Amino acid sequence: MRQVVIVGAGPAGLAAARAARGAGADVVLLDSSDALGGQFWRHLPESRPSQHEKRLHHGWDRFRELRDSLEADPRVRIVRGGQVWAIETFAGVAVHVVVGESDGALRDREVFAPDALVLATGAHDRTLPFPGWDLPGVFTGGAAQALAKGERIAVGQRVIVAGAGPFLLPVAQSLASTGSTVLAVLEANSAGSIIRGWSRRPWELIPASGKGMELVGYAAGQLRHRIPYRTGRAVVAAHGTDRVESVTVAALNADWSPIPGSEQRVEVDAVCVSHGFTPRLELAVAAGCDLSGEGFVVVDDDQLTSTPGVYAAGEITGIGGVDLAIAEGEIAGRHAGGALGGAASARRRRRVFTGFAKRIEAAHGIKPGWTGWLTEPTIVCRCEEVTCGAIRQAARTTRSESLRSLKLTTRAGLGICQGRMCGRTVEDLLGAASTEGSLQDDASPHRRPIAFPLRLGELADPTRQLEHETSKGTQ
Amino acid sequence: MRQRAVVIGAGIVGSAAARSLAKAGLDVVVVDRSAPASGTTAHGEGNLLVSDKAPGPELVMALAAAAAWPGLVRELEDELGEEFPPLEFEAKGGLVVATTEQGAGPLLAFASRQRAAGVDAREITVEDALRLEPDLNPAITAAVHYPQDSQVQPVAVSEALLASARRHGATVMATTGIVGPILGGSGELVGVRTDRGELRADAVVVAAGPWSGEVARTLGVSVPVRPRRGMVLVTSRMPRRIFHKVYDADYVGAVGSDDASLQTSSVVEATESGNVLIGSSRQQLGFDDRLRVDTISAIATKALRLFPFLSEQPVIRTYGGFRPYMPDHLPLVGPDHRLAGLWHATGHEGAGIGLAPVTGDLLAAMITGTEPLFDPAPYAPSRPSLAPYLEAVA
Repeated sequence: MRQVVIVGAGPAGLAAARAARGAGADVVLLDSSDALGGQFWRHLPESRPSQHEKRLHHGWDRFRELRDSLEADPRVRIVRGGQVWAIETFAGVAVHVVVGESDGALRDREVFAPDALVLATGAHDRTLPFPGWDLPGVFTGGAAQALAKGERIAVGQRVIVAGAGPFLLPVAQSLASTGSTVLAVLEANSAGSIIRGWSRRPWELIPASGKGMELVGYAAGQLRHRIPYRTGRAVVAAHGTDRVESVTVAALNADWSPIPGSEQRVEVDAVCVSHGFTPRLELAVAAGCDLSGEGFVVVDDDQLTSTPGVYAAGEITGIGGVDLAIAEGEIAGRHAGGALGGAASARRRRRVFTGFAKRIEAAHGIKPGWTGWLTEPTIVCRCEEVTCGAIRQAARTTRSESLRSLKLTTRAGLGICQGRMCGRTVEDLLGAASTEGSLQDDASPHRRPIAFPLRLGELADPTRQLEHETSKGTQ
Repeated sequence: MRQRAVVIGAGIVGSAAARSLAKAGLDVVVVDRSAPASGTTAHGEGNLLVSDKAPGPELVMALAAAAAWPGLVRELEDELGEEFPPLEFEAKGGLVVATTEQGAGPLLAFASRQRAAGVDAREITVEDALRLEPDLNPAITAAVHYPQDSQVQPVAVSEALLASARRHGATVMATTGIVGPILGGSGELVGVRTDRGELRADAVVVAAGPWSGEVARTLGVSVPVRPRRGMVLVTSRMPRRIFHKVYDADYVGAVGSDDASLQTSSVVEATESGNVLIGSSRQQLGFDDRLRVDTISAIATKALRLFPFLSEQPVIRTYGGFRPYMPDHLPLVGPDHRLAGLWHATGHEGAGIGLAPVTGDLLAAMITGTEPLFDPAPYAPSRPSLAPYLEAVA
């Protein structure tokens, strides 16, 4: 029987699993967390169900229906707490997994050699550094959202949500619904650039009206909770001794450089920042998939990557939101499952929502002037505590144009998060600081042959160790 | 007119050669197809070792290097100032242990031969070894302490050597490929053609590490340098519990081996930043850099025999590099006897970081006709041990 392994049980992965089953294949669905749904449909544990999930989640009924049908299907094996830590490609594709609690006893290893692999690893939110962003009380939008959705914990009483992109709205709504007072949502892009980004060829949006409804829902929540939405502004510094006590808000130019003299101090006890999303690419890179110039996995019309047998769906092929992820997941799963052609409805939806993704980037994309709010002592790499000043100094003194060399001499991006938090920021800063203005080597910030940390005892092969001990005795 | 040298390759060997040549008064251009310090130099551990070298020409070079390093580091630090990234030189010493009864005798005999050749190799008791490394597996059977073994941050040093070369007048051309030779009237090499134009030179030095064979071929000669892949594991940072470079004695056997298949042996050490580096493997796969789980799994297994406490420590990174492997296990340093004007500085296999500075000095002495620190004949491309391989690849 044909076997399809799917990595990631968010919207794209769930849709892929069902489509692969529909095509007749057996499915193994891997997710590192204990629950299905991914970041988007993150919810309270099954042991503490809530009546309110539906209100907190767009498309909650669709999620429940998908989840229930997969859980009931004996030919779907769902591996919760299954972390893919490596993918080998030299003899077909081998997917290496550790299963279990990462802080418990040594986890078990398992290896899959499927007929097809679907990568639906999603994205995490990208946060640009600013002075004081390492203070307790400063959260990424994703972390605040996870606490609200997964634990019903409010991050603070007086909160500012800042950054860029439509994701700021659901973050503010989740915070408000868990009891925080959201003082304002600050979007760094100007009203003009948002309107231009969204209103280019508006008729293309008509088929995406469901997506529009999602945003309208968030905007309505915004009104209900009386949250001001202000554009062309950013939190450019956070202040406090043991935790954040206030922030500096500044008006920005169109390129995001702060306008001198516009700064205002605001008292808060928490800040949530998010500047869009960055795809989780390490497994795709490990599988040898080509990336586009914009840094997404390149796929063909069937969601097949450049590596035979490896498909990709969802945010790793372009940040487009839940509807696009589901459409891509259906197509990827169907083809990975062995079907030829078809999936016309999913293909139509994919076309519609792809346009949507481009609009988000045009309206809310990061602009290069943001480095203007950095100071020399601003920490950029939090794991290794590398400052902006140290990075600029290393680039200046070595005159290096190599990302690899500069990372190794400054240690930026070499910590336990493996550069997930700061990788792209370091790349941007080093590129801007290098003599040529861009980096010359082929080092990819997404290359992590060990995709997620595992313990040495988990990596060691117990059978091999035993063999060695035995042979030692008989030598 | 000043003599001009073109150095191909801006890894640590090319950068060291460029610095030595520039200091000797030559007009130096360093060419690299990518960015400096990004190839083999950026994929190793920064070992400056005498412990793994048997008596012979490589040990002569390693002893000269061990003597030169502390002074070189001071010189670079003085020259480049406090703002330059730290070079992390640490004379931590090596501890080589045998983990089997059968391994004890050969280790002690090897150390005794090294002592006769001038290495500070101290046979110590298991109790003393455990005093040096309290978390070491107490089941070891023999131990030798090598105080001369030390460590640097290879990329920082490589960048420092290049920055110093620049201060002495060298220029660097990154992302520049070599297209072919420029030959003189009697067939001698008088320069190279690059994809950014021609560079005339009195001496062309190939210091492209494992890619040196490819570069030499472009210039019209063959050298039998082959890539030998190595993998290293890096753990998350932790309070220091490992104080020396600690080796399982079978490392020495793997270094000197010709076997193309996978070999692993334990090399475990902590860095100044608190990460533990765990090596190493030797495998000939061409330039294939895809991950092989069985390789890193075998490395982990052996490391736990030395330090069982590491079992709980997260591995956050692995990196693999290509060592420039020579079939007769000696570096290739000196003039090419088949093509006048061409010089080689490569083939150090896993020892290139430690041997780079003396290689640069040796090469500069030969090119400028001054007295070298030690006899260069054993490293010459014309040496007898290499002849059969040169014919084979010609």
